[in-house]
Amino acid sequence: MSVVNIVGTLERSPAIFETRAATSEPAWAKWSLIAVSIAFFSLFLLLPLVVVFVEAFAKGWSLYKDAVTEADAWSAIKLTLIAAAISVPLNLVFGVAAAWAIAKFEFRGKQILLTLIDLPFSVSPVIAGLIYVLLFGAHGWFGPWLKENDLKIIFAVPGIVLATMFVTVPFVARELIPLMQAQGREEEEAAVVLGASGWRVFWSVTLPNVKWALLYGVILTNARAMGEFGAVSVVSGHIRGQTNTLPLHIEILYNEYQFTAAFAVASLLAMLALVTLGAKSLIEWRQKSVLKELQS
Amino acid sequence: MQSRKLLLALGSSLGLIFASSVAAQTTLLNVSYDPTREFYSEFNAAFAKQWKAKSGESLSVKQSHGGSAKQARAVIDGLEADVVTLALAYDIDAIHENGGLLPKDWQKRLPNNAAPYTSTIVFLVRKGNPKKIKDWNDLARAGVEVITPNPKTSGGARWNYLAAWAYSLAQPGGSATTARSFTKSVYDNVKVLDTGARGSTTTFVERGIGDVLIAWENEALLAIKELGPDKLEVVVPSLSILAEPPVAIVDKVVDKRGTRKVAQAYLEFLYTPEGQRLAGKHFYRPRDSKIASEFSKQFAPVKLVSIDTVFGGWQKAQKEHFADGGVFDQIAVRK
Repeated sequence: MSVVNIVGTLERSPAIFETRAATSEPAWAKWSLIAVSIAFFSLFLLLPLVVVFVEAFAKGWSLYKDAVTEADAWSAIKLTLIAAAISVPLNLVFGVAAAWAIAKFEFRGKQILLTLIDLPFSVSPVIAGLIYVLLFGAHGWFGPWLKENDLKIIFAVPGIVLATMFVTVPFVARELIPLMQAQGREEEEAAVVLGASGWRVFWSVTLPNVKWALLYGVILTNARAMGEFGAVSVVSGHIRGQTNTLPLHIEILYNEYQFTAAFAVASLLAMLALVTLGAKSLIEWRQKSVLKELQS
Repeated sequence: MQSRKLLLALGSSLGLIFASSVAAQTTLLNVSYDPTREFYSEFNAAFAKQWKAKSGESLSVKQSHGGSAKQARAVIDGLEADVVTLALAYDIDAIHENGGLLPKDWQKRLPNNAAPYTSTIVFLVRKGNPKKIKDWNDLARAGVEVITPNPKTSGGARWNYLAAWAYSLAQPGGSATTARSFTKSVYDNVKVLDTGARGSTTTFVERGIGDVLIAWENEALLAIKELGPDKLEVVVPSLSILAEPPVAIVDKVVDKRGTRKVAQAYLEFLYTPEGQRLAGKHFYRPRDSKIASEFSKQFAPVKLVSIDTVFGGWQKAQKEHFADGGVFDQIAVRK
C-alpha cells in the first residue's frame, strides 16, 4: 500500500520540499520519462474512464435516466448502500480497536493478529465468498441450525454484508497502524500520568491524532465495499431486484445486450470513484496544511 | 455517547433489512439458466397478469440466471428457488440427490419429460461465413477457432459436446473411438471456455474472439436479433441434438413458503398456448405442434437425435463424459 506510506511519511517527517532540481539528468531524459508515464496513464486509466461516460450517454440523457432509475437498478443501488452502511461502521470500530491494540500495546500473538488483518488482501475474493457458502450454506456447518430457525444468511442480504465486511477488514487498520506506531506512546503516557482514564485518553489524545488517516481509511473501505464483485457474486444468488448489488447489476445488463444501460450504471460507480479521489486529495491537502501550521 | 448513537443507527439499519425481507406480496423465485433471461422476463409478466385475474393475488416473480450447473449448486446450497428451469435434466437430478429438495420422479410430473419447450445446438458464424463452416467436421479443421462454454459449469456446453459426439457417431464407420478423437479435435480448437452460455456469446460477439460459436439455437437467434443480421449468421449442421430444458417445482421450498399452488400454476402456464407462443417468440421450439407451425419460418428443419437413444440418458452421459476423470477431462488435457 504505497498510499499508506505516503500518508505515513507526511505525518512522520514534516518534509521540506526542495525547490532546486534534485537530479542532474538532461532535460530530454526527464521529459521522455514524463511523456511515457502520461501516455501510460491516459491509455490505461483515463481512456477507460472516458469510455464509460461516453458509452453511458451514447443514446442520450433520457435513456441514461431510465437505466439508473429502473426498479432493478434502484434496488441494486439500495442494497449496495445498505451493505456499505453496515460494513463501513463495523470495520471502522474494528479497525480502530485493532490498530490501537497493535500500535500502542505489546502482547503475545500480535504478529498473528497483524497477519489475520492482512488475510483478506491475500485471499481471492471468490474464496472469501465460498467460505461463507461452506459455513452457512444448506449443507454447511451452520446450515441445518439456520434452517431450523428459518434464518437466511447466504443468498440474502446478511451474506452480502458479511462478504463485503470480509474483503474490507484491512483498510482502516492498515491506514492507522503505521501512523499510530510512528506517533509513539508518549502523548498517551503523559495523559495517563495526568490521571486520564483509558476512554479519555482514547477520545482526547489518540483519536484526534489520527483523524485524517482514519477518514482516509473509511473512504477506501467505502469505495471497496461498494465496488466489490467477486465475493458478493458467490453469496448473492443473483436474484434480480433483491440480491444484486451495483457491480452485479452491471454484469447482468452487459450480458443482456443492454450496453448503454450497463455503462450508465457503471458511470455511477465511476462517479463514486471520482468522489473518493476528490475526498482523498482534500484530506491529503488538509493534512499538509496541518503540518505547515505545526512548522511555523 | 457517540458509540450509543452508532449502535442505534446499526440496529435500525439491521431492522430495515429484515423488514424488507418480509414482503407483503406473494413472490416466486425462478432459478434458471443463462439464455432464458429475456424469455422469462416477458413470461413472468404474462403469468402475473393471468394469476391476478384468476386469483386476485398480486404476484411478483423474481429471476436468477447463470450457468445451469452453477445454479443447481446454488439451490442445493440453500438458494430458495420455488421453481427451477434449467438446461438439462441432470442438473435437476442433482438437486434431488443432494439434499432431496424434490422427489426422484420429478420429470414425470409434467408432460413431455417436464420440458415445455425444446431447442437444439447450431453454429453462429461471422457474416459471410469467411471460414466456410457448414457442418461439424469443419469445426475440427486446423485453423478454425471455436468458442463454447465449459461443460463442467454450463448445461448448454454439455449439449454442444454431446451434439459433436453424436454427429461423429452417425458418420459412416462411426464408433466410440472415432467420436472421441473427433470431439477431441474440436475441443483442441477451442480458444475460450466461459462458465455459461451467455458468457461465450459475449466472448464471440462482443469481444470478437473465434470463428464459430457453438450455441443454443435460441441464443444464436437472439444474438442476431440484438446485434443485427449484418454481423452474424446462423449455420445449421446436418445433425444435431434435441435439447430438452426441463422445469420442476422445488417441493421442500414451496411447502415451506406455502407457494405450491402458484408455483404449479406457473409451470403449467408454460404449456398453454400463450406460454408456448412466448417461448416461440424467444426462439425456443414450442412443444405444441400447432403453435410450433406458427414459427416454422424461424426454425430450420434439422435432423435431431435424442440423448436417450444415443447416450442412454443424462445420468449415464454425465458419468461417462463429464464426471471428474471422465472423457471430457481426458480429451481436454492440453498437449
